[in-house]
Amino acid sequence: MIKKESTFKSSIATIPKNIFAGFVVSLIALPLGLGLAIASEAPPISGIISAVVGGVLVAILGGSNVTITGPGNGLVVVLLGAITTLAGGDLYQGYLFTLAAIVFSGLLMLLLGFLRMGSLSDFFPSSAIQGMLAAIGIGILAKQFHVMLGYINIKGSTIELLYEIPFTIYHFIVDTNANFIAGIEGVLSLMIMIFYSKIRNRYFQLIPAPMWIVVLAIGLAYHYEYILQEVYPVDKSLLINIPNNVIENLAFPDFSSMFNIKFINVVIAITLISSIESLLSIKAVDKLDPLRRRSNINKDLKALGIASTVSGLLGGLNVVTVIARSSVGANNGATNRSANLFHAIFLLLFVLLFKEQLCKIPLPALSAILVYTGYKLADPFNIVKVFQIGGEQLLIFIVTLLATIFFNLIIGILSGILVTFIIHVVLNQNFTLFTLNLFKPNVLMYKEDDEKNNYYVSVVNFCTFLNYSKLKEKLDQIPENEDVILDFSRCSFVDHTVMENVNDYINTFTSKGGNFEVIGLDMHGSHTGHPFALRRVSETKRLVSKNLTKRQKLIKNIAESFQWNFRAVKKKSFLFLNSFGYFKSKKIIKIKNVLSNNKTTVFDVIYTEGEFIAKQVIRSTMMHIKVNKEIPWFILDRDGLFEYIYHLAGYEDIRIKNHNDFSKRFYLSGNDTQAIGDLFDDELVLFFESNPHYHIEASDKGLLIVHKERLASVKEMKAMIDFGIRLQNIINK
Amino acid sequence: MHPFDKILIGIAFSPNIVENIHEAVRLANMFNAELVCVHVGEKTVKKESKLDEIFKQAPDLNRKRTLLFHTGSPVDVILETCKVQKIDLLILGALKKENIYDYYVGSIARILTRKAPCSVLLLIKHSIERVACKHIVVNGLKDPKTKETIHTSFYISQALDCRKITIVEEVTQQEIHVIATDDISLRKINIEKKRISNREEIRVKDILTHILEEEKENITIKTQSIFGKRGYSIGHYASVVRADLLIMNAPNKATIWDRLFPHDMEYILSELPTDVLIVK
Repeated sequence: MIKKESTFKSSIATIPKNIFAGFVVSLIALPLGLGLAIASEAPPISGIISAVVGGVLVAILGGSNVTITGPGNGLVVVLLGAITTLAGGDLYQGYLFTLAAIVFSGLLMLLLGFLRMGSLSDFFPSSAIQGMLAAIGIGILAKQFHVMLGYINIKGSTIELLYEIPFTIYHFIVDTNANFIAGIEGVLSLMIMIFYSKIRNRYFQLIPAPMWIVVLAIGLAYHYEYILQEVYPVDKSLLINIPNNVIENLAFPDFSSMFNIKFINVVIAITLISSIESLLSIKAVDKLDPLRRRSNINKDLKALGIASTVSGLLGGLNVVTVIARSSVGANNGATNRSANLFHAIFLLLFVLLFKEQLCKIPLPALSAILVYTGYKLADPFNIVKVFQIGGEQLLIFIVTLLATIFFNLIIGILSGILVTFIIHVVLNQNFTLFTLNLFKPNVLMYKEDDEKNNYYVSVVNFCTFLNYSKLKEKLDQIPENEDVILDFSRCSFVDHTVMENVNDYINTFTSKGGNFEVIGLDMHGSHTGHPFALRRVSETKRLVSKNLTKRQKLIKNIAESFQWNFRAVKKKSFLFLNSFGYFKSKKIIKIKNVLSNNKTTVFDVIYTEGEFIAKQVIRSTMMHIKVNKEIPWFILDRDGLFEYIYHLAGYEDIRIKNHNDFSKRFYLSGNDTQAIGDLFDDELVLFFESNPHYHIEASDKGLLIVHKERLASVKEMKAMIDFGIRLQNIINK
Repeated sequence: MHPFDKILIGIAFSPNIVENIHEAVRLANMFNAELVCVHVGEKTVKKESKLDEIFKQAPDLNRKRTLLFHTGSPVDVILETCKVQKIDLLILGALKKENIYDYYVGSIARILTRKAPCSVLLLIKHSIERVACKHIVVNGLKDPKTKETIHTSFYISQALDCRKITIVEEVTQQEIHVIATDDISLRKINIEKKRISNREEIRVKDILTHILEEEKENITIKTQSIFGKRGYSIGHYASVVRADLLIMNAPNKATIWDRLFPHDMEYILSELPTDVLIVK
């Protein structure tokens, strides 16, 4: 159980830390806020308004911990489209219409929060989201590259803009016009962005890269003004324009086109993108939280909605949770939402105190920051990463990317979802698996009723992005310091989105002192060896491959550290198993994951019970140990774990003298009462009484230790090995 | 509690007929009950002789066997027979989905399950050889019928020589009024769950105290609380623990909405996890 903590005292103590974190974040938020607004063709101040309003409101109303809010990268493309098209090319009027759209999207987000749609982002396949983000990155890069070199008037679609890039570079080099100095500043700024992380100087790293750009750009302007006593050689149109009196010059939304189809489309697109961006960021930032708290995403969504509405009413852009600024905050010691508040306050101070200086920043310098951001979103290395997970993921990624670039974000993400679904159907060659089971519940969770009290979660049919929320709902109810076993053995298909999310759970549980293990995937094949690759049960054996699951890799690690042998697939049959009564009425199909040294063997066994239609396939983990002396046949079981012993002829419950408690707690049966009585001396009885219970059988081939009638997690396997070895030592004595 | 004194089996000349009859005879003997067989169709010499043949191969019945032939719609005939013959237990065979290891209940059996005035046993594990029943899972829902159902499951355990009963208390998620959003609500949920589990446990324990000691003799009793969709979780649980028989309360009256938006019993009927007995 999680302990209740008083938060008030600790939050007072952390205020200085959060003030510092907020200050560092504001250094980045200032250039980014201005830059994102300019990239959207909105007045530069609108980005700052968004960050200030967001910082204040979300800090007060939000449900997350170390997130920072403000204008987001993802929205640039949508907002740019809205501002340039809503009023037929009139940018200022388009901006006013867009503000109205922002107000509505804020209200929609608020509604999503009330409807508890915080799980919305779980319904998107991860590769499709990756593709969409890459497309947004390319969109930003294509537009801002020209601005970075001082060409602000190049317009067109993303494709046209990309096509123009070589020409812009050519012009930039050939005709050294008035924009040349500004362009040089842009290129230098880009260099700063690229090489900043490479310079490991403590003092240099004190100021974030975007702030260096701002400081150097302003410094250069003053250099021209005071030292060279010259006119700053950058055109007025290339400088930031901030109104003299910010408060008096606030823009207000124009609601007159609110029934326009185009307008409604913009509202939907803004809501979709800002929700997804925020939800993904919150999820990512939670992993950075030093205290590993869990964010209340629905509460956060509501707060973001309110903040967007207010921001829109005051002439600001959308408020979303942003990952880069949040991670800077967390890295600089932010511990709660007050960091977000302080970041807003510092931003406000900057704008009010240094307005004159800010007006000296040339646009190309800010564009360089955005070019770098766009490049990071569309990093070609991401493509390699996606391909490593699997070829099909790359296809999803590329389809989403292209559809987003050629059409728009909504079509992009929808086609990503569609392609993912088609790929799943094609891979499984089964349409009804998905359609028939989509709306059925498919997850069972309960606390196992034994001494360990594990949470056991079993999933049936299939588990993909379509129904991941059902699994998530259950997993979210488990405190992260508990032990969880997630069993996919009844599930014939698990997709990449689920594998990736499950991996997040594994990390969270590990860091909070719990244990989260996945079992039952060893039968599933995958195309690649990547841990997040989708896995499915294949009819054709082709897929059951050399690509080891996480569990198999962990078992292999045990083997290496103990210098045992590990074999994922056992070719030779384990004939000796048939000498044990346990397998009398069972048929062994397969032995897998064999871990052995010369005296002991641990293995997963897959066997069937019953015949024809009553046939059941069971997977279990067992251990076989050899002993160096003759031992009588016996079966030892805790009450009622394996009931079949009652049906074995000639075996009776044997009572051991002077150990009434033991006899009461265990069923011990065999036919040679005398020899068994001799074997079960005080030491052995005490051993069984004080250790975890397993089902144990002895035959002339040694001892068989049986875990439950399901596969063991790696942790359970280790416990079993420890038990077996100690038992072996006692018996061999 | 109502002992099973008269068992009805519907006979269709399907490929499973031999297994069905063997299973029915065996069950009748275990409960020491009369067996009534009804065939929906014309009475012919050929059919009669074939049935005689099968019964000859099957173990001898302890008590009387009645063979009836009726024409009409299968549902009406079987329901009518249940009433007229005062049947206590109706045995129905489940169908197997093609190519999938799932069983489901056909449309006729579904109607019978709902309308039958007596308890219904849906079999998927019928076989010529006896498969021992080792583990019974029974629902412990908070429902007036539950007491009777649990009592019946002990009667059946003794008759089938089953040594383990797990009583599953299904608690719907809605009963916890908190949703896990952050650490605070998570903590609340887990306290609430603990409280509900304890409450359910006490309720079931109370039912158990009303069952005679000799009925509980030699039976290991376990209780398990599960938070999840009612009707679904118990089926999934039964298949995870590989129960041999799942015993459920009779469903409350079903309407057209129940078919459209399946819940409770419907989940189990569409995907039988094991043999299912519905107690009425």
